Amino acid sequence: MAETLERVQKIVVDRLGVDESEVKMEATFKDDLGADSLDVVELVMELEDEFDLEISDEEAEKISTVADVVNYIDSQ
Amino acid sequence: MSLSLEGHTYVVMGVANKRSIAWGISRSLADAGATLVFTYAGERLGKNVRELADTLETDTYVYPCDITSDEEIQSTFSQIKEEVGTIDGLAHCIAFAKTEDLEGSFVETSREGFQLAHDISAYSLTAVAHALKQNELMPEGGSILTMTYLGGERVVQNYNVMGVAKAALDASVRYLANDLGESNIRVNAISAGPMRTLSAKGISGFNTVLKEMEEKSPLKRTVTQEEIGGTALFLMSDLSKGMTGEILHVDGGYHIIGMG
Repeated sequence: MAETLERVQKIVVDRLGVDESEVKMEATFKDDLGADSLDVVELVMELEDEFDLEISDEEAEKISTVADVVNYIDSQ
Repeated sequence: MSLSLEGHTYVVMGVANKRSIAWGISRSLADAGATLVFTYAGERLGKNVRELADTLETDTYVYPCDITSDEEIQSTFSQIKEEVGTIDGLAHCIAFAKTEDLEGSFVETSREGFQLAHDISAYSLTAVAHALKQNELMPEGGSILTMTYLGGERVVQNYNVMGVAKAALDASVRYLANDLGESNIRVNAISAGPMRTLSAKGISGFNTVLKEMEEKSPLKRTVTQEEIGGTALFLMSDLSKGMTGEILHVDGGYHIIGMG
């Protein structure tokens, strides 16, 4: 899980231009990290590429926090 | 094969990020030595476009242009004419519909959603062509290119109002080709197979469309940005100077399949 978090953090930092220390498990993409709806779609696509998996529309809609992403990836 | 566009200038409208079809086209044109002028809608995308433009080894210019405003198209184009000079071609890679209109039933499309999709995705090509003419920005021999999709010719699940807008766009290509032909300006479209772009991701269930391409298209795969870029390069160059009003499918042959 630690390794997943690190890889997710890198993508989020690149995409949203936030500081790595802000990308905590409990941080929400929209409120805490300032992502708009386009950012979320771009993040989903980056994550799909990085982890070579597919995040369905239904799953993508459920993503709110960094932990949601890490847990989803680790459950695959 | 190498094809040089050195000394040529092209406008590319609609780069959103590195996955954009417009970006694939830009890279092909830049690789051929062309000077590129990018336009974007909204500062949100402007940042992406400037960063991407900086990665190219060719001369680039970046301007904001909200294609829903005739005044803004006019002012952007007159600025381009003044600061860059005339252009040899323009790639229009712009489409938009509300997410709620890209799922469920087409029959439930609202009047407002229909108008918005058609304004941005279809009318904008005519608005742009008109402004090119008014500003004398594109001399004889110029080439206009737009991006369309099979959903304008046949029903594609969830594509809905965007399919109807693409049908309007396809017809616009033919009428514009006829009008501008006397000025020796060509107007063509590329009908690209589905690709993982930001826009495509807005369509409900898009991942299943990609799987269908891999299973049923004659080439058994999806197409790449480079492949769309290659065809765009052809349409922008003199190699295609006898063609206008044409819609070229770059979709691994998917459009020929009746029942795969």
